[in-house]
Amino acid sequence: MTDQTQKDFLVEESLRRRSELSSPENRLDRMIEIRAVEGKLQSLFNDGFIRGSTHLSNGQEAISVGIAATITTSDWVTCTYRGHGTALSLGVTPTAVVGEIAGRVIGCVGGLGGSMHLCGVEVGLLPTFAIVGAGYPVAAGAALTAQYQGTSDIAVAICGDGATNIGAFYETLNLASIWKLPVIFVVENNLYGEYSRIQLTTPIEDLAQRADSFAMPGVIVDGQDLDAVMDAMTAAVSRARAGEGPTLLEMKTYRYSGHSRADQANYRPAGELDEWLLRDPINLYAHSLGISDAELEERRRVINAEVDMATEVALASPEPPIADLFEFV
Amino acid sequence: MPKLRMREAVIRALADELESDPTVILMGEDIAEAGGPFKATEGLKEQFGARRVRDTPISEMGFLGAAVGAAATGLRPVVEMMFIEFIGVALDQLTTEACKFRFLSRGKLNVPLTVRASAGAGLGFGCQHSQMLDQWFRGTSGLKLAVPSDPQTAYGLLRAAIRDEDPVIILETRSLYGDRGEVTLGEAGIIPLGKGSILRSGSDVTVVALGQMVKHAAAAIQDGQIDAELIDLRTLIPWDRELVLESVSRTRRLVIVEESPYSGGWGTEIAAEVSRELFGQLLSPVHRITLPDTPVPYAASLESRYLPNAEVIRSQIDAYMTSGLSPEPWWRLEGLARA
Ligand SMILES: Cc1ncc(C[n+]2csc(CCOP(=O)(O)OP(=O)(O)O)c2C)c(N)n1
Ligand SMILES: [Mg+2]
Repeated sequence: MTDQTQKDFLVEESLRRRSELSSPENRLDRMIEIRAVEGKLQSLFNDGFIRGSTHLSNGQEAISVGIAATITTSDWVTCTYRGHGTALSLGVTPTAVVGEIAGRVIGCVGGLGGSMHLCGVEVGLLPTFAIVGAGYPVAAGAALTAQYQGTSDIAVAICGDGATNIGAFYETLNLASIWKLPVIFVVENNLYGEYSRIQLTTPIEDLAQRADSFAMPGVIVDGQDLDAVMDAMTAAVSRARAGEGPTLLEMKTYRYSGHSRADQANYRPAGELDEWLLRDPINLYAHSLGISDAELEERRRVINAEVDMATEVALASPEPPIADLFEFV
Repeated sequence: MPKLRMREAVIRALADELESDPTVILMGEDIAEAGGPFKATEGLKEQFGARRVRDTPISEMGFLGAAVGAAATGLRPVVEMMFIEFIGVALDQLTTEACKFRFLSRGKLNVPLTVRASAGAGLGFGCQHSQMLDQWFRGTSGLKLAVPSDPQTAYGLLRAAIRDEDPVIILETRSLYGDRGEVTLGEAGIIPLGKGSILRSGSDVTVVALGQMVKHAAAAIQDGQIDAELIDLRTLIPWDRELVLESVSRTRRLVIVEESPYSGGWGTEIAAEVSRELFGQLLSPVHRITLPDTPVPYAASLESRYLPNAEVIRSQIDAYMTSGLSPEPWWRLEGLARA
C-alpha cells in the first residue's frame, strides 16, 4: 500500500471503529485498547522512540469512551495533550495514534504534531490543545457554528481540574450560558494538575459547583463508571441538542501514571493509587457486563496482540519528508 | 569557580538575589514544592520558605498580573512561565500594562519585574512548546529581553534582570539547561543588560548569534579556516548596537544566526541598522541564517533541519565568503517555499 492509500484506509477505519461503540462489549474492548496503547507508549518512550513529552490517561478510559459513545461524528470535540484515550475512543486508529507519537508519516498528523497534537477531523476531533484551557472557547465556537447554521450538532470540551483555574474557563462558561450554546464542558478531575494536588491550587473540592455562577447545570459524575458517564452525557447531549444550553460535567477520576514522561508521581500519598485501582474502570465495566476474570484476561491478550501489530505498522512507516513541513502553512 | 549546569546557575542566581534583597519573591507553577518543571528552582522553597517561593494555580494572567501590581508597589517578583508560549494568555499584563506604568505615572512608578521562561526548539516538544517568540516582545518600548547562551550568562543576566528597575524577560533555551560550564558567582559574575560579548576575535566576517545558536555558530567556525569574529549578543532588547557596528566596521561582512523566523526575525532589525550605518563600507550584503516560516515540526529528522546547526551555518558562511553574496536559504534552494 502507498502511504496515501494507507492513510485513506485509516480514515475509513476510524469511522467504522466509532460505530462499533454502540455495543457494550466493544466499549469494554475500546477501554482495554486505550490501556494497551498507552502501555506500549510508555515502553516506546523508555526506548527512545518518543520525543519531548507524553501524557498518559490510564485510569480515565471510561470518560473518553463514554463521551465518544454518546455523540456523533458530526459533533466536535476539543481535548488536551492528555488526549490519547479521547482520540482512540472517537475512532482514530492505534496505528495513527502510535505513528503520530513516534513521528511517522502514517500518524494522524503525518508526524508533524507529536503526542500533544493528535487530530481526527473525520470523527470530530479538532487538533488537541497543548495550552491549558485553550480548548474551551474553541469548543464554544464550534457550538456557535451549529447553532447559527441550525444543525443539531454539539461540541464537547474536555479539560482537567487544573484548567478550571484559567481565565478562558470562566469567560467561555459565561459566553456559552448567555448564548445558550450547545456545548458540554467535561472536567476530568483527576485530583492533580502536574505535580500539585488540587487542594493546593483550588479552594473547593467539587468543581461542578463552578457552574452555579453561570446558571448552568453542574453535575458530579463517577468517572470510573462507564454507565454513569454515558447517562450524564446523554442528559447533557439532549439538553444541548434541544437548544437549552450548556452543561458542566465533573468527572471524578484518577490518572494512574505521573503527569508526563518520567514523572514517578512521588507527591501522591501512599496507598492512594491502590485505592483507585480497586475501582478500575475496565474491571468495573467488565463485571457489570458479567464478564469473568478469565474472559477479561483473554480479551486483554487478543487486544494487546492487535496493538503490537498496529505498533509494528506504525514504526515501519517512515518519518515525513521535508516537503511536508511547508505543505499546510 | 564552580562548574554548574545551566539550570543550577539559574538556581544560584535566584538564591543570591533572594538572599541579598528581601523584596525578591518567586512565583510560578510547580516551582516551590516540586522544585520546578525543569528543576530550575530546586531547593529554593526549602531555603527561603513558601512565603517567598510560591506555587501558583494554572492562572498565568492572574499571577503575572499580580506580579506587575506587586512590582509597582514595592516587591521585586520573579515569575516563571514554564514554556514561553503560556505567556500568551497573560500578555496584556506585561506589554500593555507593566510596560506603560513608568510612562503613565510620569516616572513615579516603575515595575521591577522579571519573567523567566524556557524557550526554543530541538527537544521534540511540538509546535506549541518549542518557539522562542521573541517577536511577541520586540517593538514594545519599556521592555528588555535577554537570552543566555551558557551557565555563566544564565547566572549573570538573571541577576542583572532582577536588579533592573523595569520589566525584563529572560528566555532560557530549554535545550541548554543540562549544559555545564564554569561560573563566576557573586557581583563579578553579573552581566549588564544591553551588552554583547566578543567570544572570538576575527577580521574577515562578524557572526552575531544568540541563545543556543551561539554554540552552533562557535562550532561552525572553530577550525579557524574562516577568520570570523563571533559575538554573543546576550541581550536582544536593547541589542548592543555599538559593539556590533564597531565589529562590522572592521570586518565589513555580517552573518546573523537566529533561532527566529525568516520573516520578521530579530536579525532584520540589526540588518537594517547595519546597512544604514555602514552602507558603502560593506563588502557583501548582510546575511541571515534563520528558521523557515513554518511551525516547529515534531518528527526528529524534520526538527533537526528546522533548526540551524553547525554544519548548515558553516556551509552558509563558506558560500557567503566565496560568492560575496547572501546565499539562498535551504528551503528556497530545494524549491520548498518561496519566502
Ligand atoms: C497556559 C498553560 N499553562 C501551563 C501549562 C503547563 N501544563 C500542562 S498540563 C498542566 C496541568 C494541567 O492539569 P489539569 O488541568 O488538571 O489536567 P491533567 O493534566 O490533570 O489532565 C500544566 C500546568 C500549559 N500547557 N498551558
Ligand atoms: Mg488534573
